[in-house]
Amino acid sequence: MTDTQPAAPEEQQAKPPAEESFGQRFMRELTSGSILVTILSVVLALFIGAILIAASDPEVQEPAKYFFSRPGDTLSAAWDSVSSAYSALFTGSIIDINEYTVGRALRPLAETATNAAPLIAAGLGVALAFRAGLFNIGAEGQIILGAILAGYVGFGMHLPTGLHLIVGVLAGIVGGAIWGGIVGVLKARTGAHEVIVTIMLNYVARFFIAYLLTTAAFQRPGASNPVSPIVDESAQLTRFFDDSRLHLGFVLVLLAAFGVWWLLERSTMGFEFRAVGANPNAARTAGMSVSRTYIWVMLLAGGLAGLAGVMQVLGTERYLTAGISAGIGFDAITVALLGRASPWGTVAAGLLFGALRAGGVPMQAGTGTPIDIILVIQSLIVLFIAAPPLVRAIFRVPVRSAGQPVAGLQRGWGA
Amino acid sequence: MSAPTIQAPPPAAVSPEELALRPSWKTPIVFGVLALVALITFGILGESGQTSTFGISTGSDAWQIDPLALSSQPVALGLSLVCVVIAAYSAWLVRAGQAVPMWLTVLFTVAFVLAFLVWAVAGEQISFTSLLQGALALSVPLVFGALSGVLCERAGVINIAIEGQLLAGAFLSAVVATLTGSLYVGLIAAIVAGLLVAFVLAVFAIKYIVNQIIVGVVLNVLVIGVTNFLYGQLLAPEAATWNSPGTLPRIEIPLLSEIPVIGPVLFEQTIVVYAMYVTVILVQIALFRTRWGLRVRAVGEHPKAADTLGIQVNKVRFRNVLLGGAVAGLGGAFFTLGNVGAFSREMSAGQGFIALAAMIFGRWSPLGALGAALLFGFANNLQSLLGIIGTPIPSEFMLMLPYILTIFAVAGLVGRVRAPAADGEPYVKS
Repeated sequence: MTDTQPAAPEEQQAKPPAEESFGQRFMRELTSGSILVTILSVVLALFIGAILIAASDPEVQEPAKYFFSRPGDTLSAAWDSVSSAYSALFTGSIIDINEYTVGRALRPLAETATNAAPLIAAGLGVALAFRAGLFNIGAEGQIILGAILAGYVGFGMHLPTGLHLIVGVLAGIVGGAIWGGIVGVLKARTGAHEVIVTIMLNYVARFFIAYLLTTAAFQRPGASNPVSPIVDESAQLTRFFDDSRLHLGFVLVLLAAFGVWWLLERSTMGFEFRAVGANPNAARTAGMSVSRTYIWVMLLAGGLAGLAGVMQVLGTERYLTAGISAGIGFDAITVALLGRASPWGTVAAGLLFGALRAGGVPMQAGTGTPIDIILVIQSLIVLFIAAPPLVRAIFRVPVRSAGQPVAGLQRGWGA
Repeated sequence: MSAPTIQAPPPAAVSPEELALRPSWKTPIVFGVLALVALITFGILGESGQTSTFGISTGSDAWQIDPLALSSQPVALGLSLVCVVIAAYSAWLVRAGQAVPMWLTVLFTVAFVLAFLVWAVAGEQISFTSLLQGALALSVPLVFGALSGVLCERAGVINIAIEGQLLAGAFLSAVVATLTGSLYVGLIAAIVAGLLVAFVLAVFAIKYIVNQIIVGVVLNVLVIGVTNFLYGQLLAPEAATWNSPGTLPRIEIPLLSEIPVIGPVLFEQTIVVYAMYVTVILVQIALFRTRWGLRVRAVGEHPKAADTLGIQVNKVRFRNVLLGGAVAGLGGAFFTLGNVGAFSREMSAGQGFIALAAMIFGRWSPLGALGAALLFGFANNLQSLLGIIGTPIPSEFMLMLPYILTIFAVAGLVGRVRAPAADGEPYVKS
């Protein structure tokens, strides 16, 4: 890829020369500005977040009333307000330097990974569908169905250790795959638009779990609120450390990311997905079955989101509630977009969002800064990353290479 | 009843054109399944000896009409038999090679919904007028949102940010109306809020050529984040100074509001609802009957051709996105000023996405979007009314019903819809 050909076709841009090593590729991406732009986007988003934090803090508003006579008071109050909020965010998500043992100091990092696991799994589901030109807004519903089936296996069936966990995980994946598969089949057989069907199925799933949690089979005996029994120990995803919630699910998610990468980049089926995503009519002309592709993509995408449901019910929470999906399905859309619909990009984006989720809670508890600021920062990061020319203009970064288009996302609503 | 049978696959010699002309079996099949459901659950299994009572007029009406009391099971049985007959007739039509006409679908829907109503209300009483009134109230933001989508997407820009535009309109209208003490200034603020969100969408999507779906999704999150943040910091702690706008007065239109049943529903409304009627008609006429509309549609279908003819593609798109944002912002004001009288956290509650569905369901046309939005509003209100009086099935399934019916409708009756050809594709002059 050379600088003189900014309009080179996607295939050429997406595939760097084969002899390029990982290190070379990393350097190329670093120098081409895309990683720099990412970092600057995060800085810019944090800066705007800081303005919001400072402006809405009563302790800053007070000295701001006499700003023109003593501006230093306002600025130092603003600095205190912002730095305490952000250091709480950092200690909550990366390293707690006030702890004395290594294990406890790194506990926030484990919490970040715990939060990231379901985000990545569901994000992979959304990203995979994107690559085939489908807009999967239904991860939320797919997560719920996955959690229902995995949870039911977890507390309703009592199987031997080992087998129990495997059956539970598989049941969750199947649950998500069914919910996604409905969308694929309807799209392929009747042309029903996937955006409508996924939105509607989200609502159906939400009411379905609310109903189940009132039935005898799902409600915890003796509990008055709608929660399920705790899943059996044999069905829980093993936790790595005593004092953190980080569980085996994180490894499963990385395996899933590898699987999606292999599928998209190395397999015939993945090639068909991308071909249909790039141009369904051309793919049909080339002899591919577009409807079969839609069904498979949605089955797999749903299965990945179902895996996120498994993380929630067998790993993090360990019982079902009506809010088991915790908005992960919607964050997953942003994660997939931020990761430019590529598997490893999704992993990185999921980790970033996981860190913000993990740090937001102690930030709100410790400094009173509302956790909603996290949403603002998240969306600003994506917005800036998505518009490299804007960030380049603000920071005056020279253009060394044309920005790569997000694969499979150039088209609109799909056919 | 003659159950619709699936025709044998067409012989291999049929040309694709001929195949496309053949009416589809989907509609009779969906009709048949629904008619059977109606016949069995509403008719045969319905409780006998109950009456369903429907209040027709409200106390203040000029003409008082007595409540309609129907004997539940026989009436539901009769209505579901009507459904069966329509299903059989549509099957016969398709067999004879004719398409199922639109009026038949409407008739089927009405008969099915009435059969369901009579069954669900057995032994109870509901007011027909308040059913329709509530349905309209729930539809208003949907209609505005869907119109915003139509305006943007007809010009070739996907607008996922409807949710954000509605929420921004709701937020700013409440705050500005409280600060200024004027509800009408609040309405203008709602329009400005929608415009602002749309402006960001337009700058990123058109100027910086960022993927339109990304920008839309992100803008929704951004608006939710900012409004939640400000709500937590300002509106919730000091509601009196920031968040007590009150509601718009209802304006009765003389004569029209005295029509029985529909008069009070349609013509005793706030100015936002009247603005909705006007906007729907204006957009419909402007898009399909004016030069402006022709240009917009040209830009959405074939920007290159439009450019060749001297239309400034990106300018048209920019303007339409802003226009759509203004419309959606006004719709957002209905949540606060038109209905509740205060802003609350994430009060648009996914309605922007339902509006998106209504736009697609209505095939990117203003009148279609209006119909779809009214249908969603009706189903939603029906479900909440029936939740209050209690029905034979768990309330969660009642809550699911509108969404499941939508899936049925999209899969069976609408099927393949076609977006404007250049929808979502940025235009770069080469």
